[in-house]
Amino acid sequence: MKRAPAIQVENLSFAYGDLPVLEGVDLEVSEGEFLGIVGPNAGGKSTLLKLLLGLLKPQRGRIRILGTTPEKARRLIGYVPQHPAFARDFPVTVEQVVLMGRLGRGRLWGGYAKEDHAVARRVMEEAEIADLAQRPVGRLSGGQLQRVLVARALACEPRILLLDEPTANIDLRVENELFDLLRELNQRMTILVVSHDIAFISRYVHRVACLDHTLVCHTTGEIDAETIRQLYGGEVRAIHHHHH
Amino acid sequence: MNLLPEPYAFLQTALAAGLLASIGCGVMGSYVVVKRIGYLAGGIAHSVLGGMGVAVYLGAAPLGGALAAAILAALFIGWIKLRHQTHEDTLIGAVWALGMSIGVIFIARTPGYAADLMGYLFGNILLVSPDQLGRLTALDALVVGFVLVWYRPFLAVAFDEEFARLRGLPVTFFYLLFLCLVALSVVLLVQVVGLILVIALLTLPAAIAARHTTTLGRMMVLASALGMVFTSAGIALSYWWDLPSGPVIILVAGSAYLAATLFSALPQKRLRP
Repeated sequence: MKRAPAIQVENLSFAYGDLPVLEGVDLEVSEGEFLGIVGPNAGGKSTLLKLLLGLLKPQRGRIRILGTTPEKARRLIGYVPQHPAFARDFPVTVEQVVLMGRLGRGRLWGGYAKEDHAVARRVMEEAEIADLAQRPVGRLSGGQLQRVLVARALACEPRILLLDEPTANIDLRVENELFDLLRELNQRMTILVVSHDIAFISRYVHRVACLDHTLVCHTTGEIDAETIRQLYGGEVRAIHHHHH
Repeated sequence: MNLLPEPYAFLQTALAAGLLASIGCGVMGSYVVVKRIGYLAGGIAHSVLGGMGVAVYLGAAPLGGALAAAILAALFIGWIKLRHQTHEDTLIGAVWALGMSIGVIFIARTPGYAADLMGYLFGNILLVSPDQLGRLTALDALVVGFVLVWYRPFLAVAFDEEFARLRGLPVTFFYLLFLCLVALSVVLLVQVVGLILVIALLTLPAAIAARHTTTLGRMMVLASALGMVFTSAGIALSYWWDLPSGPVIILVAGSAYLAATLFSALPQKRLRP
């Protein structure tokens, strides 16, 4: 039997009220792939991630994650949001945040199991934040916070890792470190990273999908100038191709 | 057992009530402060008057009415928050005012009880009866028990609801349970400072504690301890100066909060060139 793809999206459409965000999106990601999704702001990238996570319901089309529905596959996905949904001054330590990735397994009452602590320690070392374990999240730099969010997602022991604009709030050096980490993680899990920074992510990912309301291109090689123009240069394209 | 001579036994009961209320309010007040839902807690607190008014009118114990109204308001406000987020503050405001109006109308229709309205609004801890202490203890045990047993999911839902949902946690259940526990603490506090002043005692100790702690657990412990100091000091001062206890407790807590805010603002100013 053929193995189900990690992510399978067929003819997906979604609108916020009257405002269409995604139209007829088809996408297949095989297990072990490192896929980049690029596109302009408001092109529907974050919305696509929320649909993959089952936080939003598609109006049309079908999504299968690891052969099942997004809701059922949720616990197999590690999600790194663009904007942390929490207040930065929340009194909580790095270790406590990472441990939250262990929730949803076993009982809800009482404390964490020994194994949970072991996994949290391991992923904190992997994300190189072990020395920050007792630091409150309010006293982290942008790059450190990003690593904490990655570690929290890794603590879920996911088969798929989804990252939404992971480099939005960090400088270039930290950006490189983060992607080196992702390349390592890709040895054992499928990774899908959303970014508006085409040039940067094309150096790391296997494949790039460009999303602007629909999947406008789907290249396997380097992103070239023409692709960038197609995505961002609406006016430029209109001048050069007025024969369409 | 009376530690104070007989004429002062009521003071001992009052102090005990203040200490008991401080525990529940330190714990739930910490959530209220970190989640920034003071207005929501205010809505629950004020709707309590409706329940008290109806209970008094029917000749029942006001505490029972207060509990019922607080839980009802918590579930209703929780449902609003989950379903109709855009109109949240309007609807909370409506619950707030409706609860108070119902309370005032029923109290007005109850012969001989009008004088107690001030007690419900601003509290009169000196009228707490010893058997009320038993009920306060039970409410405290309930609040602290729930929070201890489900500390992890409560923390996760308070910290990052979306992530908690993605981990498969029953977020709606924990959110509503959390609001019910806020309601219980509000009822505890109404006994001590009255419902107008509840929000101050729920949030001020926790807000001071937030400046000096790095985890929610420690914040709860410190907030409870501060609450105990404020209520005890307030009761003592109100006794010496013969002033209403609720407002004096709030003045103590408010002064401490202002002092803590000013104190932490000072060194930063000095650093500026």
